Amino acid sequence: MKILIGYKRVVDYNVRIQVKPDGSGVVTDGVKLSANPFDDIALEEALRLREKGVAEEVIVVGIGPADLTAHLRNGLAMGANRAIHVVTADAVQPLTAARVFLKLIEKEQPGLVILGKQAIDDDANQTGQMLAALWDRPQATFASKVEIADGKATVTREVDAGLEVIEAELPAVITTDLRLNEPRFIKLPDIMKAKSKPIDTIEFGSLGVEANDHLKTTHYAAPAKRSKGVMVKDAAELVAALKQKGLL
Amino acid sequence: MSKILVIAEHLGGKLNSSTARAVSAAVAVKGEAIDVLVLADSVDAIASEAAKIDGVSRVLTVARPENAHPLAAVLAPQIAKAAAGYSHVFVPSTTFGKDVAPRVAALLGVAQVSDVMSVEGPHTFKRPIYAGNAIITVEADPAHTVVATIRSASWSAAATGANNAPIETLAIDAALPTHTRFVELKQGASDRPDLQSASKVVSGGRGVGSKENFDIIFKFADKIGAAVGASRAAVDAGYVPSDLQVGQTGKIIAPELYMAIGISGAIQHLTGIKDAGTIVAINKDGEAPIFEVADFGLVGDLFKLIPELERAIG
Repeated sequence: MKILIGYKRVVDYNVRIQVKPDGSGVVTDGVKLSANPFDDIALEEALRLREKGVAEEVIVVGIGPADLTAHLRNGLAMGANRAIHVVTADAVQPLTAARVFLKLIEKEQPGLVILGKQAIDDDANQTGQMLAALWDRPQATFASKVEIADGKATVTREVDAGLEVIEAELPAVITTDLRLNEPRFIKLPDIMKAKSKPIDTIEFGSLGVEANDHLKTTHYAAPAKRSKGVMVKDAAELVAALKQKGLL
Repeated sequence: MSKILVIAEHLGGKLNSSTARAVSAAVAVKGEAIDVLVLADSVDAIASEAAKIDGVSRVLTVARPENAHPLAAVLAPQIAKAAAGYSHVFVPSTTFGKDVAPRVAALLGVAQVSDVMSVEGPHTFKRPIYAGNAIITVEADPAHTVVATIRSASWSAAATGANNAPIETLAIDAALPTHTRFVELKQGASDRPDLQSASKVVSGGRGVGSKENFDIIFKFADKIGAAVGASRAAVDAGYVPSDLQVGQTGKIIAPELYMAIGISGAIQHLTGIKDAGTIVAINKDGEAPIFEVADFGLVGDLFKLIPELERAIG
């Protein structure tokens, strides 16, 4: 079985995001970029399935500009067998990303597609679900445990009410939650090894995917700031303050 | 004019308050009609609750045994069919809505607006990105159906009681897949208020130190009638189950009172509480970022301070 992994590059989660003063975007020049944390979890899960003998090949997929190669090399260094780079200078919205994945699925015929449940830049939480719809296959979102046997995935999902377990016939789309696993660290020899692993480059335009994004972002703003409050000296003062506000 | 279809979220035969919050967002669109769609195996109790929500024009029901559990692959084709004739489909931005709504959007071939915080116009919305560190204004193409998830913490629940909207059965001819099956739902049995809708929440973080120590948080929460939450660090460390996690990737909440105890306040956590009315922080580290957003801060050892708080409350 092949596993396809969505491997998005985003602003590192430790970076404090600044909105540009003219509201045209957020400052991304010179900020550290990293793999979307949920995508590292997706890749780790696929590597573990390969190590268990459930899968033979793990392919990381990136959609983005020419310099995305270095990022995909990280995925290869972590352990993916090969990478596919869909080259476009434009940011793609989730529906377009899902359509790109569908094209790659038609070619690669994976048994499983694992994506992060959301990217920490746009926080959309859409691509996996959209892909599953277009592919007409099961989706198991927000996964915290995955077991593959007898042609199906048994997935524990983190939902608001607790933990939900569902069964999904393969092929299927899984999206990862935080507690699915802890991604491994990349070791130096693996970085060297990754240099010889293949990266297929596909021009976005050659896929025949329509990028008719229906959403236009017209303005970026910094969030309303909460004003800094007061420090109280002890428990009694805190309780008195909360009682005065009618909160206790 | 806009016609809005709101998808009801429910569990155990009861309507989730996220539905009435999504209705509030639908009211803000100022359209001509707001219909609520109930998909369930047994719809009557849920539908009659939904019919009481102010602003609802009609409640539409689809009762099928396949709808006993909220499987996105099963629900989405029905919602996509039901969406015909509507300008907007609104779904609560809970794990239920986040799961099903994008599947509906893709079936309709449209983009989705996630986590709507405010409605600026029928096709103009504000939503957070980068864990709420930027708020964007997005415009949806008026030529297409708007599929959106509604950020519950940004909307108060529409009032109930004065309305008595008609309830109608909807016949939907949609082939439903059998490739996805519900196995079980493991729920933490709790008499405490629901974290997502509670007016008071007490959360513990890594500073609590262990699963056993977390008892002090539960007891204090019970004393003041609060729901219990936790930071990601506390959940990752196994102190409490994942459904208590508050933050960017957990629950986004807006209680009147939020007490963060032993929580340092990573931006991902602050995202989950920035709409809270009053934030109280208790932490032994006076430099912890949580104090930057707290209305009231108290520096000290939580194991000493919580008993003192309990005594002071009386």
